[in-house]
Amino acid sequence: MAQIEMDGVAHSYLRHPEKDADYAIKTIANIWDDGGAYALLGPSGCGKTTLLNIISGLLTPTRGRVLYNGTDVTALPPEKRNIAQVFQFPVLYDTMTVYENLAFPLRNRGLEKDAIHRRVQEIADILDLTPFLKQKAYGLAADAKQKISLGRGLVRSDVAAILFDEPLTVIDPHLKWHLRRKLKEIHEQLKLTLIYVTHDQMEALTFAEKVVVMYEGEIVQTGTPEDLFENPEHKFVGYFIGSPGMNFLSCRLEGNIAYVNGLGIKLGKQTANAAQKTAGKLEIGIRPKYLEISPRPVENALPAHVKSFEDLGSYKIAAILLDEKTLYARLPEDAPLAAGNVWIVFPPEKTKLYADGRLVK
Amino acid sequence: MEIVLDGVSKVINGETHLNSITLQLTSGATNVILGHTLAGKTSLLRLMAGLDRPTKGRIFLDGRDVTGLFVRKRSVAMVYQQFINYPSMTVYDNIASPLKMSGLPSADIDRKVRAAAATLHIDRLLDRMPAELSGGQQQRTAIARSLVKDTELLLLDEPLVNLDYKLREELQAELQDIFRARKAIVVYTTTEPSEALMLGGNLVVMDEGRILQTGPTSSVYHHPSTTRVAQVVSDPPINFLPGVVAGGKARLGRDIDIAMTGHLSAVPDGEYAFGVRPNHLFLHAQGAGNVEISVKVELAEINGSETFIHVSHGDLHLVLQEDGIHPRYIGSNITVYANPGCFFVYEKPGRLLASPFGAG
Amino acid sequence: MNKWENNRAWLLTVPVLVIVAFSSIIPLMTVVNYSVQDIFGPGQSLFVGTEMYKNVLRDARLHEALWRQFLFSGLVLLIEIPLGIALALAMPKKGWGVSFSLVVMALPLLIPWNTIGSIWIIFVRPDIGLFGAFVNNVLGIGFDHTARPLDAWITTLLMEIWHWTPLVALLAYAGLRAIPEVYYQAAKIDGASPWATFRYIQLPKMRGVLTIAVLLRFMDSFLIYAEPFVLTGGGPGNSTTFLSIYLVKLALGQFDLGTAGAFSLIYFLIIEILCFVFYQVLKNVGKGTGT
Repeated sequence: MAQIEMDGVAHSYLRHPEKDADYAIKTIANIWDDGGAYALLGPSGCGKTTLLNIISGLLTPTRGRVLYNGTDVTALPPEKRNIAQVFQFPVLYDTMTVYENLAFPLRNRGLEKDAIHRRVQEIADILDLTPFLKQKAYGLAADAKQKISLGRGLVRSDVAAILFDEPLTVIDPHLKWHLRRKLKEIHEQLKLTLIYVTHDQMEALTFAEKVVVMYEGEIVQTGTPEDLFENPEHKFVGYFIGSPGMNFLSCRLEGNIAYVNGLGIKLGKQTANAAQKTAGKLEIGIRPKYLEISPRPVENALPAHVKSFEDLGSYKIAAILLDEKTLYARLPEDAPLAAGNVWIVFPPEKTKLYADGRLVK
Repeated sequence: MEIVLDGVSKVINGETHLNSITLQLTSGATNVILGHTLAGKTSLLRLMAGLDRPTKGRIFLDGRDVTGLFVRKRSVAMVYQQFINYPSMTVYDNIASPLKMSGLPSADIDRKVRAAAATLHIDRLLDRMPAELSGGQQQRTAIARSLVKDTELLLLDEPLVNLDYKLREELQAELQDIFRARKAIVVYTTTEPSEALMLGGNLVVMDEGRILQTGPTSSVYHHPSTTRVAQVVSDPPINFLPGVVAGGKARLGRDIDIAMTGHLSAVPDGEYAFGVRPNHLFLHAQGAGNVEISVKVELAEINGSETFIHVSHGDLHLVLQEDGIHPRYIGSNITVYANPGCFFVYEKPGRLLASPFGAG
Repeated sequence: MNKWENNRAWLLTVPVLVIVAFSSIIPLMTVVNYSVQDIFGPGQSLFVGTEMYKNVLRDARLHEALWRQFLFSGLVLLIEIPLGIALALAMPKKGWGVSFSLVVMALPLLIPWNTIGSIWIIFVRPDIGLFGAFVNNVLGIGFDHTARPLDAWITTLLMEIWHWTPLVALLAYAGLRAIPEVYYQAAKIDGASPWATFRYIQLPKMRGVLTIAVLLRFMDSFLIYAEPFVLTGGGPGNSTTFLSIYLVKLALGQFDLGTAGAFSLIYFLIIEILCFVFYQVLKNVGKGTGT
């Protein structure tokens, strides 16, 4: 087990990178704590798999250092780093039995037969693979195969961290929650450092204690699932987490009032104070869930117009026109709603302010 | 316009893929076919397109019998799950391909291609090759190709299933507007209830080659006629509890008692399946008459905006939906409240007997 | 899928049927016809039933040719398959070296069969041949493929290996290239040695292409004719008289069409049976290696 530190890591796939855009990873400095369950979340092409491969040693970064428990391992290949990795598609040694697959990493490291046997049995037990041990691995279902891939990582007692690269892609939807649960159990049981790469918010938020959101080669926020939802530190987090994503409106600030084309929206005191010291393009952001809709004028409400709404069963989504900008509001399933004029309220404590895409705080 | 399927069956190698389907789909509202994988959705689309011939039954398009008519002689456009484009043609030529045979003047073709591309926001990519596009852009190209010609039928077979959820969200919203503007009969298949609800319109619920229920989408959602329909149209899955009704009370599972009042009062004594959706199980009491169930947390699955808590109560497995994001520890004990006013009651073979939303 | 619409599609298969009929079925039936007759000359023949087959089974020289053929094909497989895999493993995986090595490998495959024989006749000549002169004059070993059976064998084998190992190498190379990178990454992480990586990843994943390589090389080497015919003419003595050479001698040299016909059919059967056996065995070796 280990704490993993990225010290000014940057990576480019080009031989002679010049501009910022040549880098798949732009200077990342962060620490993965020992025993933490992390998700690395971002859209395709954001550099998350590159970062994962740098952590595991499959890639050597163009710049910066990777430290395991304070030791520089930047130049070490994966087999010398005590890392395990589970890939998107199950990687199995087809000619071997499940047992042999699980034993393979230990045999390669020259462990004694008895020790191997004990360890394989133990891990097979945790992963519910015991009944399959004598079967060839190739004939099993995708979820069992993926558990074998995982098992080959777990079987090594000295493993510093297990890295997952979208491991549930090939699993049937109705089996996914079983594996999600299994992963969480394993984390609680073995207290390993786990890093889970995915582009799916459900995967990331369900799995992780802390989610690291990547966007265009940078880490834009690290936080608990609640943090990401309640306090997105970057516009991208607001957009990417939540369905639908956060609403954003360009604004200009006067005191603690944000003006959106002449319509004033009151901000929280702290936000307003912080905003006085900030420069850049300002926008307010609010989660669809926190927009309040009223059929009658109320205090601090702005007049708007309901363009359309969708009944999504357990909730409703209303598309609301506020001065030609469309906002989405998420309403309870029993909310009475019809197209027409409404008044909307931006609760100050839920209304965020962004300067050049970053949260003002 | 309307397409009518009259007693249509499809049997391949002795295996029944479609079982006497009778269905009428019209233009003017999106027709969504919802069902799990292998429910027969694609087989049905293929019959409508004329790619396959039904084993039994007839198909009518606006009163004309088109049963034996080959696909090339029908006016139909189709979009598939896979991003299917001609790899050696530019986006422009891909979109223009259905018009190439039409003998239209090239100025008209150009106008139509650009209009379709603009609708799908790919007008700046017209000179690119499909391989240079992202998955979302490739599927936009395929959809634009299906829109460029005014066909009578527009069939989409799980078109968004291979896209990331954010792209899916964007396209769902755009497709709604696109479908509204078309005169064609739009048929859209999906496995996801949320997608069906998002698209609105009419819903056809399919399972194992049969049609289980049809009707306006939100009405089917609120009045699933059988337990199977309730399962297919609910995500996260609806909870079913076995229940015995006797003397104005019901015992669910081993030890959960509810009063049979309100919409439940007319249910005669007997054994039933009680269904309750995850969003109708609560973490706080919602008023008098709520039943307390103490449960153990199995897993909290967190979607972007809500949390699905899987819990167990004895040998019952329940899922409840909580708004917002709230991680929970596996194994912790919590109390769940159920409002009897939210229960569906099904007769044992699965027919709906009582609905919290009144008569369908 | 659209059978109901397009019965015309059947018409498109007619040319293939015609070609197969004229190229395979009709000639084969002609051979069957020959094999049950004793043919004296044009228009003069006698039905003899299974007599010709009995002749074939009794012919001692034919038996020798058959065993010789088995030995030859066996050696060819034993050498070419491992050598081809080794070459494939050594070939570059990226950069300009890929196309360069592919072209070099393909060169021997592009030369016509009979030309190969001529090239090697010159190559091994003791007086002016690069190989022959080197062995005889520099190494001082007497080497003459026209006089000594062993030398004739070595030459024929070398020629066959030089000619066809590239095919095995190219097939194996294609198989290697098709293995996804993650398998190598997983092996690295599992601490697998290069040998273990070869044994448990590369070899099983190459099984499909290697099956094809073994079948192709077996059939081709079992039918070998042009090269040894040009190189040794089957000699010295009968030491390199392989099955097809003997067959041609029988049919054309002695005009023994009946025996030759029966022999051809038995020959044909042997190849069919062996290919079937090879295929079954290879399919089941390390079963489940996927594709």
